[in-house]
Amino acid sequence: MKVLELNGVTKKFGGITACKDISLSINQGQIMGLIGPNGAGKTTAFNLITGVYDVTEGTIHYEGKPITGKRPDQIVYGGISRTFQNIRLFRNLSVLDNVCIAVDRHETYPLAPALFRLPSVIRKEKAIREHAMEYLAVVGLEEKASLRADSLPYGLQRKLEIARALALKPKLLLLDEPAAGMNPEESLELSKLIRQLHEKFSLTTLLIEHHMDVIMTLCDRIFVMNFGEKLAEGTAEEIQTNPEVLKAYLGEGYKRAGN
Amino acid sequence: MGYYISGILTICLIYVISNVGLSVFTGFTGLFSLGHAAFFAVGAYTAAILTYFYNVNFYLALLAGGLMSGLVALVIGYPTLRAKLRSDYFAIATLGFGEAIRVLLENLSITQGARGLPGIANYATLPVVAAITVITVWIAVNFTHSRQGREAIAVREDFVAAEMMGINIFAVRLRSLIFSAVCGGIAGGLFAHYISFIQPSMFTSYLSTQMTASVVAGGMGSITGTVLATIIFIAIPEILRVASIWRLVAYGLLLVLIMTFRPQGLFGYRELSLGRSWKYLRENTLMRAKGRK
Repeated sequence: MKVLELNGVTKKFGGITACKDISLSINQGQIMGLIGPNGAGKTTAFNLITGVYDVTEGTIHYEGKPITGKRPDQIVYGGISRTFQNIRLFRNLSVLDNVCIAVDRHETYPLAPALFRLPSVIRKEKAIREHAMEYLAVVGLEEKASLRADSLPYGLQRKLEIARALALKPKLLLLDEPAAGMNPEESLELSKLIRQLHEKFSLTTLLIEHHMDVIMTLCDRIFVMNFGEKLAEGTAEEIQTNPEVLKAYLGEGYKRAGN
Repeated sequence: MGYYISGILTICLIYVISNVGLSVFTGFTGLFSLGHAAFFAVGAYTAAILTYFYNVNFYLALLAGGLMSGLVALVIGYPTLRAKLRSDYFAIATLGFGEAIRVLLENLSITQGARGLPGIANYATLPVVAAITVITVWIAVNFTHSRQGREAIAVREDFVAAEMMGINIFAVRLRSLIFSAVCGGIAGGLFAHYISFIQPSMFTSYLSTQMTASVVAGGMGSITGTVLATIIFIAIPEILRVASIWRLVAYGLLLVLIMTFRPQGLFGYRELSLGRSWKYLRENTLMRAKGRK
C-alpha cells in the first residue's frame, strides 16, 4: 500500500524553482532515503509534504487522500511527523515538557477543568508525564528529563527531536538529517536506533541524510535529487553505480574509496 | 489600615488582575500588545453602565464586563491572528485598535462621551478586589500548568515546531488573547467601581504601555514576576508623588535599568517559589560562612 504519493509536485519561490515536477511514492513499511547536493530541494520537499509551504503545482496524497493545501497541524493529526535539519526544540522548556507537548495530541482534556485544576486534570497530567517518560526511555533520555532542552549536547537534542516526533504516534516519519554533525561511530549507533524504532513503531520512514553509510545500510529505496529535479531512484546498489549520481553527488571516487 | 495605603493597594491589585491576564498572552504566548487598555476600558464601561443605568448586581456586571471584553477580543483577534501577523505587526494592529475603542467611547451616547460616568457606586472594596485577585492569579497559574498552557509556550518558543506538533497556532493565540481580555475586562469593572468615575481619557495607550512594560519587566513567562513588577510600577510613582513630575523620570529610569541589566525580566522564565528561594539563601549564606572559616 502506498503511504505517501507525490504527483508532479512543483514549488516556485518567485523566479526560483526549488522543486520541479517531483513524483515519488513510498510503500508501507519502507525506509526511503532522500539524497542530493546542498540546495537540491530535499528540505523543501519535506516542507511541502508537511504543509509548511503550499505547493505551486501537483498533488500530494497521504494514505490515498489528498493533503495538498491542508494546514501543518491537520497533516500532523493525519499521522505524519518530522524532525528538523536545524534543531527546533522548545528550548526554554524541560526535556520532559518537550515530549509532553507531543503526547498532548493524544491525551487531551478540555480547558474549563484545567482552569480550576480539577482532580481529573491532575490525573491526566500524571498519565501524560508517564507516557512522555516512556518515549524518552525509547531514545535513552529518561535520566535527562528535568534538564532544560537547550542544555543537552547536540547529539542528544537530535534524539529528543526524534522522541518528540514519535510521541505524536506517526505512521510516516520524516527525518531531516538526523546524523548531521555526528562522527562515524555516533551515526552508526543512530542508524541502529532508527532501524529499531522503525520496526518497534511499525513506521514508514523518509530520511534525508548526507552520511552515505547511514543511507546505504538503512534504506530500501533511495531517491536522488539535484537542482530541484529527480536525478535517479533505486536500490542502494543501483544508486551507487549510477553514473549520473556519481557525477552529481557521490563523486567519481566513491566506488574506488571502497564504500 | 490607612485610607491612603489601602487605596494604593487596591489599585495595585486591580492592575495585577489585568497584567496577569496580559502575562498569559505576552509572556506565555509570545505576542506583544499595545492596546490592552481597550479591554480594560470595555470592561469598565460595560460594568459601570450596567450598575449605573440598570441597577444590575455588581458581580454580574463584573462578569458581563469580562465577557464583553472577551467578545471584543474575538472580533479583533479573529482577523489579525488568522492572518498570522508577525509579532511587531500585530502590536501595531493592537495600537490602532486601542485608539479606535477610546474614540468610540468618546462618541457613544450611552458612555456620555468625554464627560464620562460620574458617581458609580463604590462596590470594589479592598477585600473584594483582593479575593478576585487571588482567584485570577490561581486560575492563571493553573492555565500555565495545563496542556493548554504548554501549547501556548510551544507557540511562543517556536511556532513552526509547534505547528509540527499538531498545534493550531491561530486557535492557541486567540484563546490566550481572549483569556487576557476577560481578565482585563474584570479589572476594568473593578476599577470603575473603585474610582467611581470613568472617562475615555483614562484608557490611553499610556495605560497599555504600562501594562506591557510590567509583563516584560517582570519576566516573560512568569506570573509571579508580573505580579511583583506590577506592584512595583504602581507603587513607586505613588510613593514618589512628593517628587511631583520627577517621579515619571524615575519610573522611566527604572524600566531602562531593568531592561539593561536583566533583559529577561526580573524573574526570567521562572516562577518565584518559596522552596527554591530558601534553598538559594541557605546555600549562599552557608557557603559564605564556610568560606570564611
